[in-house]
Amino acid sequence: MDGQQVKLWESRCIEELPPACTAACPVHLDVRGLADALRKGDLPAAHALLCRFLPFPGIVGHLCEHPCEAPCRRAEAGGAIRINALERAVATHGPAAPTFRRGRAQERKRVAIVGAGLSGLTAAADLVVKGHEVVVFEVGPQLLGRLRDDPRLPAAALEADLARFENTGVEFRCNEESDGAALAEQFDAVYLGTGPATSPIAIDPLTLATAHPKVFAGGSLRYGAPYSVIASLADGRHAALSIERMLQGASLTANRDNQGSQPSRLYVNLARHASMPPVAPADVSTGYTQDEARAEAARCFPCHCLECVQVCRYLEHYQGYPKRYIREIYNNETIVMGARKSNRMIDSCTLCGLCAEVCPEDLGMGEVCLSAREGMIAKGKMPVSHHDFALRDLAFSRSDAFTLARHQPGHDASALLFYPGCQLAASSPDHVARIYAHLCARVPGGVGLMLGCCGAPAHWAARNDLFAETRAEFRAEWQRLGKPPVVTACSSCYRMFADHSPDLPVESLWTLLERIGLPDSIGVPSRLTIHDPCTTRHEHDIHASVRRIAAQCGATVAELDGAERTTCCGFGGLAQFANREVADKIVDRRIGQDESDTLTYCAMCRDNFARRGKHAVHILDLLYPGGDAAARPDPGFSARQENRGRLKRQLQRDLWREEMNEPVADIELEISPEVHADLERKLILQDDLRQVIRHAESTGEKLLDKRTGRFIACHRPVRVTYWVEYTVENGRHVVHCAYSHRMDLETKP
Amino acid sequence: MTEKNAAGPELACAKCQQALVLGKVKASYLGNSFEVDLLRCPGCGFVYVPEALALGKMLQVEQALEDK
Ligand code: SF4
Ligand code: SF4
Ligand SMILES: [Zn+2]
Repeated sequence: MDGQQVKLWESRCIEELPPACTAACPVHLDVRGLADALRKGDLPAAHALLCRFLPFPGIVGHLCEHPCEAPCRRAEAGGAIRINALERAVATHGPAAPTFRRGRAQERKRVAIVGAGLSGLTAAADLVVKGHEVVVFEVGPQLLGRLRDDPRLPAAALEADLARFENTGVEFRCNEESDGAALAEQFDAVYLGTGPATSPIAIDPLTLATAHPKVFAGGSLRYGAPYSVIASLADGRHAALSIERMLQGASLTANRDNQGSQPSRLYVNLARHASMPPVAPADVSTGYTQDEARAEAARCFPCHCLECVQVCRYLEHYQGYPKRYIREIYNNETIVMGARKSNRMIDSCTLCGLCAEVCPEDLGMGEVCLSAREGMIAKGKMPVSHHDFALRDLAFSRSDAFTLARHQPGHDASALLFYPGCQLAASSPDHVARIYAHLCARVPGGVGLMLGCCGAPAHWAARNDLFAETRAEFRAEWQRLGKPPVVTACSSCYRMFADHSPDLPVESLWTLLERIGLPDSIGVPSRLTIHDPCTTRHEHDIHASVRRIAAQCGATVAELDGAERTTCCGFGGLAQFANREVADKIVDRRIGQDESDTLTYCAMCRDNFARRGKHAVHILDLLYPGGDAAARPDPGFSARQENRGRLKRQLQRDLWREEMNEPVADIELEISPEVHADLERKLILQDDLRQVIRHAESTGEKLLDKRTGRFIACHRPVRVTYWVEYTVENGRHVVHCAYSHRMDLETKP
Repeated sequence: MTEKNAAGPELACAKCQQALVLGKVKASYLGNSFEVDLLRCPGCGFVYVPEALALGKMLQVEQALEDK
């Protein structure tokens, strides 16, 4: 993975941006955290949070101008959260604010603060916490003189806030005239917070630095009128930060982009939140009771984006969000020692594109995961078990057992080339034969036929070598047939051809059928909900054609979230092989979205829905009605391979009049439905079982379990050892259980 | 990975007609190898891996090695 690219991806996920309230708060108070603690009834936690962000929670709670409330996104759904009223309630009902903890500085410096207003005392508090010696000079008789006249602020609240200075060693000198320039001679730094200035001085708005390197200034002296409690407090904080940096010899300006009140780019989907009016306090003069505060806090959404996490069970499964995942994925790739903990997470993405569809910043995790997979392959770090089974299935589809490329019988050229794809052939070979016959009858000039696999599994496994080989094989045959335009019945094939062979004219069978006309079959009225395959998410023509074809077949079709918001069935990205649990979660949510039978036009979607117990039909089931198509079970991996082989032989026999014998199995198996389902989960083919039994019976190498009377045998064709427990009954081999492992064991006497 | 299976005497090698006994076996995966105690035939060396081991501890070790 390219580090620059990773940074770019990371920067596009906005989930970690502060919510509007926090961004607008001049000291970026964690309002979400505050509301969360209150919602849970945890007043001590809310109070601790408030005292961490604010040196003077009582004063702020009573007097803050709350710039956080206007941009609060709740404003668009009932009314802004009364954030300041919540702060007041926390300060009022909470325990006494803790005193400032005098820090231990490496080098303790002396700082003079001129003016005991809010900005000066905030600077004093922050600097004493940093461990410096602080002396406050005030020309008036009292600290915070200006605030003492404000009728909204109870004297007790003010005194409680000031009590935080107890035992901190901060020295307060009231009734004392002082001169900044003179103090700069005696102290290491000076802060001027003297209120409205008589003779204006130049102050840097970011750092609050003045022309004198040791002197900083802020508060209403800087911003003038009207007076603002929170602006003064923020100035004191920002000045203290500058002073600390100056004393350390650090840059005054670095990393301060987010300082002060800001707009927020955090996306919030307001449609997810019903309108709710603010809670009004029973007694306005005393503010919220604890219960009222709790109820008001519960109105905070809180703001998060997580749009993608809401719609994708994969993203939800790992309990984070893309920004965090991208960091983890990058660490996974660059780790030198230790486990690569994100391998399975990377291989569990279906690459379906739904996240990018809903993301306000168009970030897609599929792109990230595929690039990470490429990195794993390049470093030889791809766990072989994740994709081994799927790639062996691809090898089968590329083998002579399935591949075929012919002109239509009786033709020596092809006006079109029909490419049904390996999964439709695996799922309903009969439909392939029938629709091919229909194409041959309707399209003049000959329709060639090619059986094979488009290589999608290789692409998803980031096996670019295999993908390139598979495509080269396709191209060689396609060229031999005269480069006819290609018609695909499978959405994944369509995607692969369209994305990776730009010079190859490709069309979907569904748009073509609309043009040449449907087979003359009688439509059976049905009500179905349509599920579009994720690989043709943006192919509007295909979406429209399929819907019109379904209507012509008598189906009334309901939508789920619309074609562009469709999900994967779990097959995409080979997720179902690398992480069955996640893939099943994805399908299960999809099939749980409504009660009616599903209509789809991808064989893999249909079969995965069926596997998880949903009644589903393929659009070809509507064109060729018969039997209870919706209840047809998932054929399973073994039958998928057998169906492909059988289809090829059947076509050779029926169309090209070749002698083809069906192979006879030397080992007859008997497998109960329970064992069958277990084998499917374990990715064990019946062929694997036959190999084990054949080996055991021919060599005699097997165990006998005296308790059960079963034979136990194993065989390791290549990388995997398969075990089978079986009995022989009437010449049939009854399989009781089977399992496999990859570890190799030395068998020597 | 130790297989303390009481099934030892119940399992017999069909070829050698001998009961399996616990013995040290060399296991390897992705270039890493280690010794494990497993039931094997004293005659021909046939090693038995029960399902619980294959899908339990053994799978864990395989996956840990794949992620190394
Ligand atoms: S949709 Fe997902 S990826 Fe996009 S910004 Fe929101 S949390 Fe991040
Ligand atoms: S809803 Fe909550 S998190 Fe969002 S802006 Fe308002 S107070 Fe802040
Ligand atoms: Zn033996």
